[in-house]
Amino acid sequence: MHALEYPFDPQYIIKKKKSIKRELLGRDISYVEKKIAVLGGSTTHDIIAVLDLFLLNAGIRAEFYESEYAKYWEDVMFDNPELVAFQPDLIYIHTSFRNLKNLPDLQMSEADAEAGLAAEFSQFRMLWEKIENTYHCPVIQNNFEFPPYRILGNYEATDPRGTIRYINRLNEQFAQYAAAHKDFYLQDIQYLSACYGLDKWADPHYWHMYKYALAVDAIPTLSYNLSNIMKSLFGKNKKALALDLDNTLWGGIIGDDGVENIEIGPETPMGQVYAEFQSYIKKQKDLGVILNVCSKNEKENALAGLNHPDSILKPDDFILIKANWDPKSKNLVETAKQLDLLPESFVFVDDNPAEREIIRAQVDGAATPEIGSVEDYIRVIDHAGFFEVTTLSADDAKRNEMYKQNAQRAELAQTIGDYGEYLRSLEMKGTIGSFIPMYLDRIAQLTNKSNQFNLTTHRYTRAEIEEIAGSDAYIDLYGKLEDKFGDNGVVSVVIGHKDAQVLHMDLWIMSCRVLKRDMEFAMMDELVKRAQEAGIRTIRGYYYPTAKNHMVENFYAQMGFQKTAEDADGNTEWEFAVDASYRCQNQYIEVNGNGKK
Amino acid sequence: MERNEIYARLNEVFRDVFDEEDLTVTDETTAADVDGWDSHMHITLIDAVEEEFDIRFDMRTVVKMKNVGEMVDEIEKQIS
Repeated sequence: MHALEYPFDPQYIIKKKKSIKRELLGRDISYVEKKIAVLGGSTTHDIIAVLDLFLLNAGIRAEFYESEYAKYWEDVMFDNPELVAFQPDLIYIHTSFRNLKNLPDLQMSEADAEAGLAAEFSQFRMLWEKIENTYHCPVIQNNFEFPPYRILGNYEATDPRGTIRYINRLNEQFAQYAAAHKDFYLQDIQYLSACYGLDKWADPHYWHMYKYALAVDAIPTLSYNLSNIMKSLFGKNKKALALDLDNTLWGGIIGDDGVENIEIGPETPMGQVYAEFQSYIKKQKDLGVILNVCSKNEKENALAGLNHPDSILKPDDFILIKANWDPKSKNLVETAKQLDLLPESFVFVDDNPAEREIIRAQVDGAATPEIGSVEDYIRVIDHAGFFEVTTLSADDAKRNEMYKQNAQRAELAQTIGDYGEYLRSLEMKGTIGSFIPMYLDRIAQLTNKSNQFNLTTHRYTRAEIEEIAGSDAYIDLYGKLEDKFGDNGVVSVVIGHKDAQVLHMDLWIMSCRVLKRDMEFAMMDELVKRAQEAGIRTIRGYYYPTAKNHMVENFYAQMGFQKTAEDADGNTEWEFAVDASYRCQNQYIEVNGNGKK
Repeated sequence: MERNEIYARLNEVFRDVFDEEDLTVTDETTAADVDGWDSHMHITLIDAVEEEFDIRFDMRTVVKMKNVGEMVDEIEKQIS
């Protein structure tokens, strides 16, 4: 919804939150359901109300638990039965400098101030450890904003008894904890409040009247940022950029002005600002964002522009370059299709409002930020948080490389007529085995990112994956696939839980980048083998339809299962009899197992 | 600005905030008369009214306001 896209009007959102919610709920879309506990050190009512809007807009329907005013610590430490019964999928702890109990002052010795800081941190650490042991769910904790006044002025940042120095040091300790703990995420309020303007961030009027740690108008900024972290954790991040060229990546119209006259590079102020934007986009690529061009241009002009000696982005940085005169909506949909991505995974960046409008009208779910004028591009795209990073896996950095290899494979497939011949020519090698520590991050990430090849769309946190890995009650498999063009990494995950001689399939997912490569058969072969060894007689499969997983509707039939049940919503159940007569179905992948648990 | 003009704009704010198209408030209206006007929505309302009239209620005033009439008195005082 447009009102909820960055840059948004916070006052409009606050004022119209009731009607916005009504409108959001009126849309016909499918949601991921989540239970979120908000434990606050101040009144969090509006933070939750606005967070709810941003999450709904992203396809996440949350049920909320809200702690009593300022009971964030007690709720956890004393096992509030309501919170325990709620079984949150995620806990957000919202505190502010108002909640700091040991703020130093000049009456103290430096040693006292030091001890106070240590005690403050250990209070929080106790809280987080208790959550980790009790709830096994991701935690988002914000760090601290600066206070609105400084008794010591600039010296506050120097003296250990200064509040500014204290908060800086406490925030550093929070960061160290976050860096060392999985499933613990910092929301950087120190940065957010600085961006927003500290004097506007908090309002003493609202603190003293209503115990709001934030000014009401700052709440949407906080909630939006929070929703981005949650979107990232729940697999709702964007994945790719589709970039216009003329007046987006460089100044001028290359077809009219000629390559020698476009503005890019250090010679002019305009050239510099476009170069800075290109550097920003290049860094996104390094984080695994897929870059594509979507431009109305002759292809040779597009390439000439990207080959300009001062162009930071080169043709090689892009997976697909669509430069033609077709409608951009058509090009964007085709790009998505060729990459096996959904159009809604794209952010469309174009200086022309008319083109943005076409995408908005024709391509459901793609983001079309109002990027403003060239000097605003970076800020708008950055603060919108489309690609919010919560973990960095080695696969993220390699993702562009993988998509490039896919493009090469597609080319090879075209030159070889027979598909089997093509698969053989890929010289594929697979590794299939029980979950091992090295891949737990990637496995959890994959369960949250796979939408299309996903039978149950069950999402797992890293803690849950770790639990499964260590338990005998499950058969769990990850699959890795390599070929002569490169390593695809972990691309498939299968989880089933044992119930006497029956194995219930909780999850079966595969990355779409290895579709039609026989990998699903290789996974099935290994699953059956493990089931036989575990004395399983029957494997029971489940398919739950969503808006996106239509492609696997008949997956279990292809694997040799029989359908046993179907309800009105299209949910189906399947059965597979495990016996010694099973013949391996994978023909093209050479599979190595790793150890069983 | 005439009092009835203030009311015209104020009614729009009430309608937006409480998502009720035909809501009309008068001098005598209190929180008890409007569906959903609880302590939380009161904060939203005050914020929206301040924005609409580009004014700021001080704490002392907010604490004392008993009904919509007194809110309008305060708006009148600040924008005159």
